[in-house]
Amino acid sequence: MAGIPIPTGRAAANRRVSGLVRGLRSGDTFAHLFTLLCAASILLVTAALVHELYINSALPRHKFGFHFLTGRTWDPVNGDFGALPFVYGTLVTSALALLIAVPMGVGAAIFLSELAPPRVSNAMTFVIELLAAVPSVIYGLLGIFIMVPFLRQYGEPFLKRTLGFLPLFQGPAYGVGMLAGGLVLAIMVVPFIISVSRDVLMAVPVEQREAALALGATKWESTWQVVVPFARIGIMASVFLSLARALGETMAVTMVIGGTPAIGASLFAPGYSIAAVIADQFAEATGDLYVQTLIELGLVLFALTIVINGLARVFIISTTKKGSGH
Amino acid sequence: MKKLPYLSTVFLGTIVVLTCLVQLESSRASAAPAAAPDAVMLNGAGASFPYPIYAKWFSDYNKLHSDIQINYQSIGSGGGIRQLLSGTVDFGASDAPMTDQQLGEAKTKILHFPTVLGAVVPSYNIPGLSQELDFTGDVLAGIYLGRITKWNDPAIANLNKGVNLPSTDIVVVHRSDASGTSYVWTDYLSKVSAEWEKKVGRNIAVNWPAGLGGKGNEGVTGLVKQTPGAIGYVELIYALQNNVPFGRVRNSTGVFLKADLAGVTAAAAGFAKNMPVDFRISITNPPGKTSYPISSFTYLLIPTTIADANKRQVIKNFLTWMLNDGQNETEPLSYARLPKEVVARELKQISQIQ
Repeated sequence: MAGIPIPTGRAAANRRVSGLVRGLRSGDTFAHLFTLLCAASILLVTAALVHELYINSALPRHKFGFHFLTGRTWDPVNGDFGALPFVYGTLVTSALALLIAVPMGVGAAIFLSELAPPRVSNAMTFVIELLAAVPSVIYGLLGIFIMVPFLRQYGEPFLKRTLGFLPLFQGPAYGVGMLAGGLVLAIMVVPFIISVSRDVLMAVPVEQREAALALGATKWESTWQVVVPFARIGIMASVFLSLARALGETMAVTMVIGGTPAIGASLFAPGYSIAAVIADQFAEATGDLYVQTLIELGLVLFALTIVINGLARVFIISTTKKGSGH
Repeated sequence: MKKLPYLSTVFLGTIVVLTCLVQLESSRASAAPAAAPDAVMLNGAGASFPYPIYAKWFSDYNKLHSDIQINYQSIGSGGGIRQLLSGTVDFGASDAPMTDQQLGEAKTKILHFPTVLGAVVPSYNIPGLSQELDFTGDVLAGIYLGRITKWNDPAIANLNKGVNLPSTDIVVVHRSDASGTSYVWTDYLSKVSAEWEKKVGRNIAVNWPAGLGGKGNEGVTGLVKQTPGAIGYVELIYALQNNVPFGRVRNSTGVFLKADLAGVTAAAAGFAKNMPVDFRISITNPPGKTSYPISSFTYLLIPTTIADANKRQVIKNFLTWMLNDGQNETEPLSYARLPKEVVARELKQISQIQ
C-alpha cells in the first residue's frame, strides 16, 4: 500500500477513464447499459402504445364518454357503440378458462414434478411445451370442427340434463358460444400453467420434502401441505400469465364464440370478446367513428388488463404476508 | 464474467453483419430501377373478395410486360380506402363504393372502376330435405329479423308447396366480421323490406336482430353445415367452389332464380341504362327476368391525378387490358364478368385519369 503514489487530479481522471474502459472490456458497464436500454425500450413501447390508442380514439371518447363502458348496442349503421357486451364476454370466457385450466394445470404439474418417474415427466413436459407453441388459429379450427359439434350434440345437452336448473346451462345448444370460447381458451392456457408450475415445484428444495416426511407426513401430505404452499407464488405467476393470454387471445376465440354482442345469462348463448371484435371488424371498417371505436376497445382491453394485473399483484402480496405469518 | 464480453462480441457482430446485409439489399433494390429506367412498380390495397382474380390479373400482366410489377395487399375494403386516402398506395379496391364523405376527404377526385361481379346466396341445412327451397326477399328479411322462426312457417311453406318442411327452429347465421358480403345482403334486404331498412339498415356490419355470427364465408358455412335448421348467406364463389348447396331467390320480375354467373352479369346489365356516371350504384334487386337479385360490383379506386407520368400510363394501359382481355379470365375463377355496356362506359372513363 505504501508504494502507491497519491493520485493527482489528472491521474484520477485517467483512472476513471481506464476504469470505464475496463468496465466496458469486462462487460460490466456494457451489460448495465444494454439491459437498461432493454428495460427502457419496453417502457417506451408501452407508453407509445397507450399514447397512440388514446390519440386515435378521440372521436368516440368525446361522443360516448364513459357511457361507452355501459352501452350495450353495437350498431355500425347508425354509429351507436357500447363496449359492455365485449367486456362481459372477455371476462366470462377468461374466468371460465381459468376455472377449468387452473385445477387441471396445477394437478398435472404436481404429478409431473412429484409423482411421475423422471423419464415420463420429461417426455410429457416436452409434449406439453410443444402444445404451447401451436398457433392459436389451429386451436380455433380444431374448436370449430371438433369441439363445437361435440358440445352441441353431447356436451351441452348433458349439462342441460344435469345442471339445467341453473340459468347458466339453459337455452338452445348451438355449440358456439361463451362455453366454447372458455373451453378453447382453457385448452390453450393449460400448457403454460403446467410448464411454469412444474418448474416452480421442481425448484422447491429437497430438504422441505425430507423434513415433512421425517415428521411422519405421507407423500401426499408433504406435497400438498409443504411443497405446493412453498411454490405458491410461482404457481400464481403462471396463472396470471395465463389470464393475460386469455384476455388478449384473438383468433381461436373469434372462431368459436358466436360473434354476437349480447349479454346472456347462459353459457350456451353466443357472445363476443374485445379482442375478437377488433380482429373481426377492423380490416373492413370504414368511417372514422367506427374505426376509432374499435381502437377505443383496444384501450379498454389495455385498461382491463392493467386493472386485473393490479388486483392480482395485491392478491399475491396479501397472501404472501399471510404465508410468512405461519 | 468471462462469457459476457464473448456474448456481447457475438451480439454486436450479428448486428453489424445484419446491418451490412440490409444495406446491401437496399442498395441493390435502389440499383434495380436505375438499370431498367422504365420499370414501374404500382402498389394497391383493399378488398379481399376479388383478391384471387386480381392476383391472376397482376401476375398475367407482369408476364406480358416484364417491366411492370403491380403489388396488391388484400387487407379489406376499409383498409384499402384508408390507405388510398392517406396516399400510401397508388390505387385502392373496395367492394362497396366510397361514400360522399370519404370522397370529400380525398385530395384528388377518385374514380370507381367496376372490375368483376359477385353475388350472395342463401345456404341452409334441413336434414332429409332433397328439394331446393325457394325464397323471396320478404321471407329472408322476416327470417333475419327473427320474425319467422320455424321452417314450416306459412310464409315459407306457401313458397314451397309440396315440400315437407320440418317444424324445427330456424337458426340464423350471419357474418361476425365486417364484410362486403354482409353489405350486399343487408342492402338487398333493405330494398325489399321497409321494416329491415328502418330497424337494421345496410352496412358492412349491422346490429343483427337475430342469430349467430360466423367469421368469414368458411365460418358461416361451417356453422350452417353443422347446425340442423340453420340458414346463412355466403358468397356465390365460395358456394360454387366448395359445393355448398343454396336456394333460389325470387327476383323483381317474380322469377325464382338459382344464382349463376350469367344471372349476376345480367343483374349489372339490368342497371346499365340507369348507371350513374361514377358507377356508384347498388345493383341489388335489379330489373330483368334473368337478373339474380343479390349481386354487386367490386371496384378499383383510381385517383384522377397521378403525378408520375410512367405510373399514369401503366394504370391506363392496365385498366384497358383488364376491361378487354382480363374479363376472359374471370369465369374459370367463378367471378361474373362485366356486361358489355358497363365495359364500354368504363373504357371512356379511363381518359379522365391525368
